Amino acid sequence: MADTVKIHIDGIPVEVIKGTSILDAAKTVNVKIPTLCHHEDLCVAGNCRVCVVEVEGRKNLVASCAAPVEEGMMIKTTTAKVRRARTDLISLLVSEHNTQCTTCYRSTNCELQALASEYNVDSERYLSVLKPNLQIDKSSYSIEKDDSKCVRCQRCVRTCAELQHVNAIDVAHKGRDMKISTFMDLPMNDVVCVNCGQCVTHCPTGALTERRYYHEIWEAIGDPDKHVVINTAPSVRVALGEMLGYPVGTRVTGKMVNALKKIGFDSVLDTDFTADLTIMEEGHEFLQRVTKALKYGEKVALPMITSCSPGWVKFIEHMYPEHLDHLSTCKSPQQMFGSLVKTFYAEKIGVDPSKIVSVAAMPCAAKKFEANRPEMKSSGYQDVDAGLTTREIGHMIKQSGLDFVNLPDMDYDSYMGESSGAAVIFGATGGVMEAALRTVYEVVTGREVPFKNLAITPVRGLEGIKEAAVKLENVLPAFDFLEGVEVKVAIAHGLRNARTIMDQIKAGTSPYHFIEVMACPGGCIGGGGQPIPTTDEIRKKRIAAIYAEDEGMPVRKSHEVPEIKMIYEQFLHEPLGHKSHELLHTHYIKRKRY
Amino acid sequence: MTETIALIKSLADRYGRTRDALMPILQGVVEEERYLSDVAMTEIARELDIAAAEVYGTATFYSFLDTVPRGKYVIRVCKTITCDMHGKKRVIEKIEDLLKIKLGETTQDKKFTLLTTNCLGWCHKGPVMLINNTPYPDLNEDKVTEIIMEYIRK
Amino acid sequence: MENLKRVDLIFGAYTNEKYKVLESSMSKSSEEIINEMIASGLKGRGGAGFLTGMKWKFTAAEKDPVKYVVCNADEGEPGTFKDREILTVVPRKVFSGMAICGKAIGAKKGYMYLRGEYRYMLPDLMKELEIYHEHARRFGHDFTIEIRMGSGAYICGEESALFESIEGKRGEPRNKPPYPTVAGLFSKPTVINNVETFVNAVMIMKYGANEFKKLGTSDSRGSKMFSVSGDTPKAGIHELELGMSLADFVNEFGDGDTKAVQVGGASGFCVPRKRFNDTIIGFEGVPTGGSMMLFNSSRSMYNVLHNYLDFFEEESCGQCTPCRIGCQQLLKGIVAVKKGEKPSSYLDQLLKLSDTMKITAKCGLGQSVANSFASIVENFKEEMIY
Repeated sequence: MADTVKIHIDGIPVEVIKGTSILDAAKTVNVKIPTLCHHEDLCVAGNCRVCVVEVEGRKNLVASCAAPVEEGMMIKTTTAKVRRARTDLISLLVSEHNTQCTTCYRSTNCELQALASEYNVDSERYLSVLKPNLQIDKSSYSIEKDDSKCVRCQRCVRTCAELQHVNAIDVAHKGRDMKISTFMDLPMNDVVCVNCGQCVTHCPTGALTERRYYHEIWEAIGDPDKHVVINTAPSVRVALGEMLGYPVGTRVTGKMVNALKKIGFDSVLDTDFTADLTIMEEGHEFLQRVTKALKYGEKVALPMITSCSPGWVKFIEHMYPEHLDHLSTCKSPQQMFGSLVKTFYAEKIGVDPSKIVSVAAMPCAAKKFEANRPEMKSSGYQDVDAGLTTREIGHMIKQSGLDFVNLPDMDYDSYMGESSGAAVIFGATGGVMEAALRTVYEVVTGREVPFKNLAITPVRGLEGIKEAAVKLENVLPAFDFLEGVEVKVAIAHGLRNARTIMDQIKAGTSPYHFIEVMACPGGCIGGGGQPIPTTDEIRKKRIAAIYAEDEGMPVRKSHEVPEIKMIYEQFLHEPLGHKSHELLHTHYIKRKRY
Repeated sequence: MTETIALIKSLADRYGRTRDALMPILQGVVEEERYLSDVAMTEIARELDIAAAEVYGTATFYSFLDTVPRGKYVIRVCKTITCDMHGKKRVIEKIEDLLKIKLGETTQDKKFTLLTTNCLGWCHKGPVMLINNTPYPDLNEDKVTEIIMEYIRK
Repeated sequence: MENLKRVDLIFGAYTNEKYKVLESSMSKSSEEIINEMIASGLKGRGGAGFLTGMKWKFTAAEKDPVKYVVCNADEGEPGTFKDREILTVVPRKVFSGMAICGKAIGAKKGYMYLRGEYRYMLPDLMKELEIYHEHARRFGHDFTIEIRMGSGAYICGEESALFESIEGKRGEPRNKPPYPTVAGLFSKPTVINNVETFVNAVMIMKYGANEFKKLGTSDSRGSKMFSVSGDTPKAGIHELELGMSLADFVNEFGDGDTKAVQVGGASGFCVPRKRFNDTIIGFEGVPTGGSMMLFNSSRSMYNVLHNYLDFFEEESCGQCTPCRIGCQQLLKGIVAVKKGEKPSSYLDQLLKLSDTMKITAKCGLGQSVANSFASIVENFKEEMIY
């Protein structure tokens, strides 16, 4: 039994484990203390001071996020002194802030705005100390940085350092000039940033936002000459509802499809289709590498690592450029979709590919950069014209005036609208691995994976690095060299964990054959384009929704999807075939490390 | 550029490659080159295997770790209260006059940079200035002229 | 001079034999050293005034085998220059004090953090340090000292910011607790003391706590180095017994026209003439790290405050809201009042703000801006307006 401490908060007796912060102790008795720099994903900063409380016997107020409870503390959270101080602190933050809330993308989803409103601060109390002539950095395809809206809470800095081990941004200068800055204050597209957008989802204000592309998409929709196609990623359907009045963890797939059709997209398709296709290609790529290594003793890069997460891909390009051969050559589902929409799909429905505007609805900020990678033009055109975030889709639906809650469900269009449960779980950490195992195991043994209801539970959940081993027995004759082999896999989410995995590879001690890496904590459901806020509690609910969606699908394995079979029969011919290489695989670029 | 890289290597050999070596290395570069170029900071990041943004963030915290080019002789005149009371303004004007630059600027020949700084710890003998590391207390217009002229001749 | 007692402890009474006091201290146990320090009643000379002996005792009690002694030579408080002088004249005493502390708490390594502005002293200090290490080896004291340089950041005088700086980071103060005695430099138990405090420790070891206690008052034992500057014919460093009245001080050091004394630097208090008689310099009255700045009637206290606020606005680390923005608001505010862009009543708003800063800022810097702000604005209001 751990040591406990007894205290009183607003007269309520509380007993908590020694070392608990006053803030967390207050939560246990439902006393809400306002915060700004605090985020449960991150270490304690104690910078904003908004969470100050009064502790009996102390002259100064105490920042409740940073102060551990001490035996016998008498804490008061809403005295006149506390309220006065908080009002003053919020007023100061407002005085340093660009208060053009009416035009701010984060309006009504801004923590400073909420605090200022709650404490009814007087904007005239202090003179404005907002730095003049601050320019918005719009250099990145993925992220916009507007210093005029920064409250210097350093949540972005801690996110980039602690969760992602990237450190693209840090605190620079001091005193009145202190600011969040890239190296040399260079434009975001010029520095070692992986575009994951976690800084965006952890920013309490509009200082960091995704670069928006929906204005262009509205224009394209209104252009009768254009055929506008959208594909929606697995994790969008389990999070979009949060922006439209639903509780966290609600699946809104059918309503989303309907809304997008009403908005005017000519075709609403499913990224899950190319997720299934990824499994076909990547699964066979894995088998090919293993065959080369184990059957022929050739030197191939193992473990093989997934390549669906563009934040992760850019991370390894920057941080481990000498190990790019470990990455699967498969494009991400978004990019496979893009190259097929302007080839296979265009052919099928008889539309000139030059008229197609291909849009991807993604939980992701990095997908925007990925869409604009110069090599992503396999179709002869830019394969994906725009990647929109879940938040942008939410905004579009709001702008459209649709009564979202009362929309009837609709099914995806065809072609490329069909998919399996294996594809939808791509949205959660471990999902790609699970989907791959469902197919690869069956290809090798002719039997289903030996897990109840196909749920490969060891690869699920929020643990930073997950491991699993699957023993191959009674394999089909073509794979006799795999008889008795124990396939070892690992799953990492959040780039901090990816670094651990990569350091093992670098040291030559990696025990795995196949690794799934997702840049964002929790996988795509916790992506940089998802509704704000995201916390572990929210991640868990979105993940639960993903697995529920999987269980409800008539087809649960990628290789059994009729449209997937059809595209191989009619167009691609075989996994890893000539056409696949042309359209579905890619190469990587060594980027600067520092 | 290669000189900078060699310098940083030797500093890292001397002070180590852990994070606590960062300050001595930054100081060592400034001692030699008067400022931290982007090349220098990137190279330090590489030697210590930390992000360049962290090197920049740390350097810019410290007034003496300049990240913009400075002259061979950096003049820092104390602007804090007692030096202010005892004529720092006249001293600065005199230097501006002698070097034909304004406060904050560097001479065209890259020999001098004129800056102000906070308390140098010579309040009883103000006004005071530092030229690189050397303090010059008890300044007046005549004395500062003498000192600057000597540096000009160097 | 009758009411002021000059002392010559810090610079004086120097033994000819090098590191004699340190050597003789080696025969004492850790407990004996700490007890002597506690008995002396010595309080830290950096300004905060924590009991030095207790600090050593707490750190000695920590179980961690790795501990550090840190000498804070980041003397940045405007109006303070005594550490520079001490390090110039008697560096041996400073190193001895650190080494005695090392013995007392069981540390093997000491760091001196020397401000970048004092870089010119480094060669001499390194020479002395070599002598120290020779002697320490000679009498078998396993305690090495390393000098680390600052690079122009006032806030690094704050102890946890100083640790951050030695660790190679931005000098941003940490949340407390944990305190340095538990988790200081490199998160190890650490004693951090001011330059002068270490010298006092040596003198206590040399003469004993009883002799030391004879100086000063019950709340403020011993003598103190004062850095005297401003409108005074006797600018310089003076070692005086603690507990004097400010009136006596002004009698000795004033130019006959003193209207205010800033005690404790920009982060200290401004005492106007009418309060000289009832102000005691010491921990029972107005504490000070030694900075005494005198202003005569020709000086504008508005200019003085403007200068301080300009200083704070630049030297705040910038991480916490009240200090980063508060300093800017106070400066911008007094300028606006002076220019008539804000009514004089705005000063009351600013006073409330300085109070918020005092009770909410993360570290001593932000908390103490209110000291000079409130004491100058309240005592010289008309100078702020007209």
